[in-house]
Amino acid sequence: MSQIFYPSTNTFSRLSIFGGIFIVAFLVWAWAELNESTYATRAKVPIQQPVPFSHEHHVGGLGIDCRYCHTSVENSSFANIPPTKTCMNCHSQIWNRAPMLEPVRESFRNDSSIRWIRVHDLPDYVYFNHSIHVAKGVGCTTCHGQVNKMPLMWQENSLQMSWCLDCHRHPERFVRPRSQVFSVNWQPPPNQVDMGRKLVKEYNIQSLTSCSTCHR
Amino acid sequence: MGEDPRDKSSIQPGRSAVIAPGHTFATVTDKISSIVLTRRTPLFWFVPFLIASGLLMVFLAAVGYLFARGVGIWGIRVPVMWGWAITNFVWWIGIGHAGTLISAILLLLRQSWRNSINRFAEAMTLFAVACAGMFPLLHLGRPWLFYWLFPYPNSMGVQPQFRSPLVWDVFAVSTYATVSAMFWFVGLIPDLATLRDRARNRWARATYGILAMGWRGAASHWQKYETASLLLAGLATPLVLSVHTVVSFDFTVAIVPGWHSTIFPPYFVAGAIYSGFAMVLVLAIPLRAMYGLEDLITMRHLDNMAKVMLATGQIVAYSYLFEAFIAWYSGNTYEMFAIWNRMTGPYAPTYWLLIFCNLVFPQLLWLKKIRTNIVWLFVMSLDVLLGMWLERYVIVVVSLHRDFLPSSWGIYSPTIWDVATFVGTIGLFFFLFFLFIRSMPMISIFEVRTLLPQAEVTEGIEK
Ligand code: HEC
Ligand code: HEC
Ligand code: HEC
Ligand code: HEC
Ligand code: HEC
Repeated sequence: MSQIFYPSTNTFSRLSIFGGIFIVAFLVWAWAELNESTYATRAKVPIQQPVPFSHEHHVGGLGIDCRYCHTSVENSSFANIPPTKTCMNCHSQIWNRAPMLEPVRESFRNDSSIRWIRVHDLPDYVYFNHSIHVAKGVGCTTCHGQVNKMPLMWQENSLQMSWCLDCHRHPERFVRPRSQVFSVNWQPPPNQVDMGRKLVKEYNIQSLTSCSTCHR
Repeated sequence: MGEDPRDKSSIQPGRSAVIAPGHTFATVTDKISSIVLTRRTPLFWFVPFLIASGLLMVFLAAVGYLFARGVGIWGIRVPVMWGWAITNFVWWIGIGHAGTLISAILLLLRQSWRNSINRFAEAMTLFAVACAGMFPLLHLGRPWLFYWLFPYPNSMGVQPQFRSPLVWDVFAVSTYATVSAMFWFVGLIPDLATLRDRARNRWARATYGILAMGWRGAASHWQKYETASLLLAGLATPLVLSVHTVVSFDFTVAIVPGWHSTIFPPYFVAGAIYSGFAMVLVLAIPLRAMYGLEDLITMRHLDNMAKVMLATGQIVAYSYLFEAFIAWYSGNTYEMFAIWNRMTGPYAPTYWLLIFCNLVFPQLLWLKKIRTNIVWLFVMSLDVLLGMWLERYVIVVVSLHRDFLPSSWGIYSPTIWDVATFVGTIGLFFFLFFLFIRSMPMISIFEVRTLLPQAEVTEGIEK
């Protein structure tokens, strides 16, 4: 009977076995990368808002403190999004004719809310609390990035669980003195870890990694 | 057929041989390969195959609904969160053990009678493991995220809890499936080459040719084959003991009375082999009758398997007795209550049926008459399969439904979807099995040839 396959098939089949291993390894790697990519996490994507509110102008330029608008960040889980009235404190005087601000004025006239689009949104099964982080010396910019350079707000970090845990496992790498929590210009010093260790002791910062911390 | 003086049957008077007299290399090859290649697909293949396909559809429907609605469609409610799914898992995975025992341990022990039953027993193992694997995955709640069970670089920054037996399970079962599949495939290669050489159809030749991986029967091939199959047998042998041990840890590591017991590992392994051999018999008895394979799967095989069943059945019986004894002897209120509740509680009929099926009825196997009567053997095997299923049901459900807190006691009853999923996996099993017997040699051709007297190598100096 004639041969069904040529001898070269041997080489081909050997290649396909080894190739198969690489293909599988590649697929696993690609999948893991995709899960961490900004495409999956929505990080670094500026979000269009009904009013093009710029943290770059208001925080970086005017130097307004976060707490002027995000009033409850120190004592509540929710940081708060400012009501229209807060904007009108200034914008009833300045830029009060700018067409760009029409939605703000309209909202003020009608006593309705501006419909901001959420930028950061954890799944509902995750419990997050701003006040504890602020109280233990975790600065806004550690999690939210340089908001003073954001003409439109975007999500700086992945907000994935591994991101939360990176810090919860090693808080000393990220904490700063309490006085600097709201500073947008603070940068980690070269001796961050040493200083961090001291602060962890001083503020009695625990490493909270049990599941029920965030999934309650 | 004339008596062959060199036939092995003549060596052991009173016992039938592992292969009927009169066969030659050619007749063995012809007989087994013709089932796949030349004989017309018989009606008795189509009818069960269609039934199995129907049940497979039931399975797909049940799983589809499960994906849409979640595990709430099953009867699991607090406090019984394991229910049928885990019962079926343990049952199926136990059945697989016989195949591995036959192919690996009996190979290492040089029990040549295994040669004519190992192939389909191994196939049975594979398909049983496939069915078993379904249940824990479906039970996850979000089965499509099953890969979270494995350690891999994930975005959650956590790895599976390696102190949990449930994670050991993942590794035990996946190792088991891999090794069984490799063992089965390596053992098939020489036979696939035979099929390749005998097939007439171009597609069949190409398919078997690819699967045979260039096997030419050269001495170097055989040498590699022997090494590989010995290595794989060595790998598979500990698995016969370890897989069901790990499965039993799922229970014993928990502190639930009725689960937390050191006797479980050996008792589970024995039970696994018990039910596994029952399944091999359930498959072998109709197969040999339908395809006329009585000369290859002889009464000797059935008898041997019945004896294995008898032996493991005694171990299981011993464990039942000792479970009850230790509960009493420990003086522990909860243990005593757990056993008493089994015997007299709401599920008492299940328990007593289990005792009858696994402990009382199989004692008939002591009689040679029963062991060599295929109808009795068949009934006995079905009875053991039922009994072993009930055993797992009793362990899972009866232990959970009355735990430490009386306020959380409850009663479990399966829903139609539990039944559909279970019956569906039986469909899946037979669907795969019938495809297998149609497309692969269900008995190992080359290994059976070694059973022939002609294959005996006479070397060295005559005594
Ligand atoms: C003048 C008021 C104002 C000040 C001051 C201000 N913000 Fe905001 N912030 C807003 C408004 C309005 C929004 C909603 C619109 C948006 O998302 O851009 C917002 C949104 C955000 C968001 C995104 C919320 C979401 O949807 O997830 C973050 C994070 C944030 N601010 C951080 C800061 C930080 C950090 C500071 C201080 C350095 C700060 N903001 C100062 C008004 C302010
Ligand atoms: C402390 C006073 C103050 C408050 C409070 C304030 N703004 Fe402004 N805003 C300014 C000033 C000053 C400018 C002009 C900035 C410039 O031209 O550099 C401005 C500019 C703007 C602009 C023009 C676009 C731009 O960034 O150049 C928008 C839109 C705007 N503000 C929206 C808001 C909204 C919405 C709020 C309420 C959440 C708000 N502002 C609150 C002072 C304020
Ligand atoms: C530990 C990291 C972390 C720090 C530090 C932090 N945030 Fe946030 N912030 C988050 C996360 C996570 C969310 C999304 C919360 C959610 O979706 O429930 C968020 C949401 C917000 C929002 C949207 C409203 C809300 O609460 O959901 C605002 C505004 C905000 N942060 C402002 C601030 C300000 C101002 C500071 C500094 C005082 C700050 N954040 C510090 C992580 C942080
Ligand atoms: C940069 C560091 C950092 C990051 C990032 C971070 N945390 Fe924290 N978190 C802390 C510190 C520090 C504490 C305080 C520990 C203590 O109580 O001593 C804390 C405490 C908490 C607490 C405890 C609150 C309580 O009431 O017990 C929760 C919940 C929490 N974090 C959730 C999260 C979640 C969810 C994320 C991710 C979205 C996150 N954290 C990301 C540093 C961080
Ligand atoms: C510091 C806070 C934190 C802790 C502690 C934590 N998680 Fe999470 N977890 C999160 C956040 C945030 C997410 C959402 C991630 C996302 O959206 O990508 C998450 C998501 C998950 C998810 C994915 C759910 C889904 O449907 O995608 C699982 C599973 C999970 N966590 C399990 C655990 C387990 C198990 C533990 C304990 C070992 C744990 N988590 C501890 C913050 C935490």
